[in-house]
Amino acid sequence: MQTLREFTRKTKRGNILKIVREHYLRDDIGCGSELCRECFQNEVYQLTSQHANKSTLFKFPHYLVLDTNVVLDQIDVLEEDVLRNVVVLTTVLNEVKHRSSAIYKRFNEIVHDRTRNFYVFVNEHHKETYADREPDETANDRNDRAIRLATKWYDDHLQASQSSKEFERSGKAATRVVLLTDDAANRAKAEAEGILVTTAAEYVKSLEDFPLLMDKLSHKTFDSEKNGLPQYPPHLSMKELLEGLRQNKLLQGTFQASRENYLEGTVNVEKFEKGILIQGRESLNRAVDGDLVAVELLPEAEWSAPSEIVLEEKNVYADEVPSEERAKDENEMLNQVRAAALSAERTPTGRIVGIVRRKWRQYCGILQPSLIEDTNRHIFVPADRKIPRIRIETRQAAMLQNQRIIVTIDTWPRNSRYPHGHFVRSLGPLGDMATENEVILLEHDVPHCKFSDEVLSFLPKMPWTITDEDYSKRVDLRDLYICSVDPPGCTDIDDALHCRELPNGNLEVGVHIADVSHFIRPGKRTGHGGSGPGETTVYLVGKRIDMVPELLSSNLCSLVGGVERFAFSCVWEVDNEANVLSKRFHKSVIKSKRAMTYEEAQNIIDDATQQNEIAKSLRNLNRLAKILKKRRMDNGALVLASPEIRFQVDSETHEPLEVEVKQMRETNSMVEEFMLLANITVAEHIATEFSECAVLRRHPRPPPTNFDPLVKSARYQGFQVDINSGLELSHSLDKCVKADNPYFNTMIRILTTRCMMQAVYFISGSLQKEEFFHYGLAAPIYTHFTSPIRRYSDIMVHRLLAASIGADSTYAQLLDRKSNEELCHNLNYRHKMAQYAGRASVALNTHLFFRGKEEDEEGYVLFVRKNALQVLIPKYGLEGTLYLKSDKDGKDGVERVKSEIVFTFNEEDHTQRCGDVVFHSFDPVTVRLSLDSSNVQHEKLIFRLVKPYIKGFSVETTTEGTDSQAVSAAPPSKKTKKDKKKK
Amino acid sequence: MSGKYDLLSEQGLRLDGRRPHELRRIKCKLGVFEQPDGSAYMEQGNTKVLAAVYGPHQAKGNQTESVINCQYSQATFSTAERKNRPRGDRKSLEFKLYLQQALSAAIKSELYPRSQIDIYVEVLQDDGANYAVALNAATLALIDAGICLNEFIVACTASLSKSNIPLTDISQFEEVSGGPKLTVAALPTAEKIAFLEMSERFHIDHLETVIETAMAGCREIRDILEAAVKEHLLHMGSASDFAKVG
Ligand SMILES: [Zn+2]
Repeated sequence: MQTLREFTRKTKRGNILKIVREHYLRDDIGCGSELCRECFQNEVYQLTSQHANKSTLFKFPHYLVLDTNVVLDQIDVLEEDVLRNVVVLTTVLNEVKHRSSAIYKRFNEIVHDRTRNFYVFVNEHHKETYADREPDETANDRNDRAIRLATKWYDDHLQASQSSKEFERSGKAATRVVLLTDDAANRAKAEAEGILVTTAAEYVKSLEDFPLLMDKLSHKTFDSEKNGLPQYPPHLSMKELLEGLRQNKLLQGTFQASRENYLEGTVNVEKFEKGILIQGRESLNRAVDGDLVAVELLPEAEWSAPSEIVLEEKNVYADEVPSEERAKDENEMLNQVRAAALSAERTPTGRIVGIVRRKWRQYCGILQPSLIEDTNRHIFVPADRKIPRIRIETRQAAMLQNQRIIVTIDTWPRNSRYPHGHFVRSLGPLGDMATENEVILLEHDVPHCKFSDEVLSFLPKMPWTITDEDYSKRVDLRDLYICSVDPPGCTDIDDALHCRELPNGNLEVGVHIADVSHFIRPGKRTGHGGSGPGETTVYLVGKRIDMVPELLSSNLCSLVGGVERFAFSCVWEVDNEANVLSKRFHKSVIKSKRAMTYEEAQNIIDDATQQNEIAKSLRNLNRLAKILKKRRMDNGALVLASPEIRFQVDSETHEPLEVEVKQMRETNSMVEEFMLLANITVAEHIATEFSECAVLRRHPRPPPTNFDPLVKSARYQGFQVDINSGLELSHSLDKCVKADNPYFNTMIRILTTRCMMQAVYFISGSLQKEEFFHYGLAAPIYTHFTSPIRRYSDIMVHRLLAASIGADSTYAQLLDRKSNEELCHNLNYRHKMAQYAGRASVALNTHLFFRGKEEDEEGYVLFVRKNALQVLIPKYGLEGTLYLKSDKDGKDGVERVKSEIVFTFNEEDHTQRCGDVVFHSFDPVTVRLSLDSSNVQHEKLIFRLVKPYIKGFSVETTTEGTDSQAVSAAPPSKKTKKDKKKK
Repeated sequence: MSGKYDLLSEQGLRLDGRRPHELRRIKCKLGVFEQPDGSAYMEQGNTKVLAAVYGPHQAKGNQTESVINCQYSQATFSTAERKNRPRGDRKSLEFKLYLQQALSAAIKSELYPRSQIDIYVEVLQDDGANYAVALNAATLALIDAGICLNEFIVACTASLSKSNIPLTDISQFEEVSGGPKLTVAALPTAEKIAFLEMSERFHIDHLETVIETAMAGCREIRDILEAAVKEHLLHMGSASDFAKVG
């Protein structure tokens, strides 16, 4: 079965240690081929004679062996379901893992897909294919040799099995093994050793059935540019970089490109608070936003100041040589900056000398229309302004016009103005709702592919029934008058409530939460794949990206009315003053009597004629909630506000019809109070039970300086905002009421929200008890228990709670501090991204709503800025900027009449004055809203002043007709671009 | 479990190429020295240990019970980075006590009243599971010294991969890669555990299977030791015509 031979391997580490490790070589590792008659096969055959790769280079059946560079560079090609019957060597797998964990993850997804016929061959432990490192051989050379050795062995091994008379008689062509490598030296050696070998590019080109696969090839060089002159200074080698960093001659940091000016960016370095400024193309030296770079600080005499110029790169064409004009632009910019720098405050400035690690990812964007017909070379314009244009080759440009596409960067050679990349895939037509949503999800790293078959296979089989065993393990609460209260149209109901009078005069209140952890078992893959736990449901306008498959979210877990469902219950006994006398947790079976909307519940409470159990229950809950809320407020909990918009989406076209601002009813607050109580009760419990690894949520107290803008603008209105404690803040917010401006208090609260810190998940063992505090809720401890259908954190909390009461078994990872800490980190990241995605979706829908419309709306000045007014439109919950001066180059979309109108900003009291008109914070204004679509990828909503009327600046209301026409007649974006382009 | 690497690849092989239940390669020899009453050399993978036994001889003082005295030391050259001193550190003292504890369970001490048995073990090369290999070597040395044992006392380590598959006989690389380690010293035939130690907590769900894995390892090592003893006796016997007499 096995021979154990001992091997030693020496590696150098730190202060040169000789490490001797055993390395066992085996003879029981199968080759995984269906053709083989020799191997001890302990796996299912992965390499079959079906799905043969049809190549014009190798016109016989063949398996492929991939070199590490092919996996690293051509992962997009591999991800296409084209190449099959691939032998994956562990040498390659280890190298990939070592070089890029992101690609390793993606490659593993392919390997795990059984339909792709990828077989992992453990060549490193196979006695015939192990390559011992020879003296003076580099690790790289050894790995190349190991790959060739394994390829050769594989080919010979298959030949042996196919050399029988029987096989010959069958008349089939023998299956061979082909090595794909982009390393010329390795290729030459392989050829010399009699191995069938070619490059990835050549091979892909030889696949006649898949001509478009060529688009996805990574391009290290473009033929046309091979001889081009260097346009950038060279990068230092890794060795020089490390040496420079060690000696503190260089500084390391993350590069952040400027959104406004493509020739500017900063590198965040610990030593400098504001980071190091980088200006000019040569200093930027091919760094892309997010890269980890090494910077050389310039002498102080050469320091500069950040420019205030908005500079967007003009369209260029792939064939165009760097024009003099562009160089002129760049020089001009630098000169301007230098001139400005003489007067302005100068900041540390540097230049980038090398890249420590690239953080290239996939980018969304559009293809720039090409001047020449029938060319394959194109320029890609990313949606993110911080990313440079990317040069790609594609054979389907005509089809990709007006589509949102994804492109990735492969390399950025010195002699190319732009990085080289390749087309990955198309998302769909520009402006299409589904496409735009996809863009939002991708740009915010939201996992959203379909649930894999593996995930779906863990779901219960339908029809799902509750067994006697289930009943015996759970408390039967089917008789209770439990009901749920949610927004209209809610299909993922994760909470329900009940309240009943006890014989002793006290009340029993229960919060019943969908028992999602019953269905989602630990250790099983549940999410959208590849992203690990920590996912969360993401709400876009008119679209929901579920965390769990729909069968669970909208059916089995959803606590719909009249159906038996599993719940995790938190039940309290309270007296009539809402004091908690006792509490208990248990898993239960419930049958909600009714799923109501907030409005329905409110109507039942208000309608005194209704005296049924549900009505009584709701009234008691409502009464208790009011007491709870008051108590919370007295403790210093804050009532904050944020302008929330909800769009009514047309169910067919998914386009927004009308916007409505969320309406708050008493019942909203009723449900909220009990959810808070449940969360706090559970948090206390799990923190006591698991002092190290309980998943909790805290909201840090903001530093006092955060409140400056709020305090200032409130003071001007004659109100003193006290920020010493939550309680004082809460009281002073309550006092901010103006009889003539009913919206004033809400605006003050919106401003307060802006001063807050982000609430975060953490584990109990990582902080001191005092730091558990939740500032916004004024609760000493808090967690998330009540929304397990939408949030992974709640599932973790359910598991911990279940383990603590013996309702479910524990498992090793549940109690592992490190893995829970990682999980919290991931949860925080996902939540933040989900939030941003939600906001982006609202913006997108706002734009769609205003497309082709102009509306005058009442609004308020939220605050006054140096050159603009921040305006809030309560009707839409919409906020935007009304610029008082047009930007330096008039880039604001709408050209304003240049006139003698001057706005004076008063820093003392934060006002803007123009003639008789003075703008203060919270002043009412009327603005005209319209959409600026001049840049297809960056549409924006334009705010223009209507009232108060300033001649020459405000929109002329009388000439509305012509004015709106002027805007709507603005030429479509594409034409605008062509107008700008240079011949 | 946390750690940098998973101890078991998806192809079912461990970091050094073993399958989960395989022991490292074991080499052992009895009677490697002339001076002591008994001695043995044992290699388990790259962990190499020498053991010597002196006694039984008269115990100092007037004790009625038999005294089992162990000394554990580790050669300064046994690790990749030189050790400062061979013994006297906390670890050595701990191992010394553990050895005494386990060996006392195996030696038929009622046969040796007022006697002392001295057992010296020296780790020449450290590649994980030192305690277990030291104990196994001590067992062989005791047998070589002709000391009566209830049964072979052997030790083996076990761990758990991230995919919750138990692993036998942990190498040092696996230890430093973050695998939890469980050491069991047992009397395999009687199925009695004389000593058990864990480097960190195992989840209760897995503890039983991990212990069972270590026990299975003990049984396998016992068979190897037994074979070595037989081989040694045969060799000894033939040298003094013992085989013919037998
Ligand atoms: Zn084979």
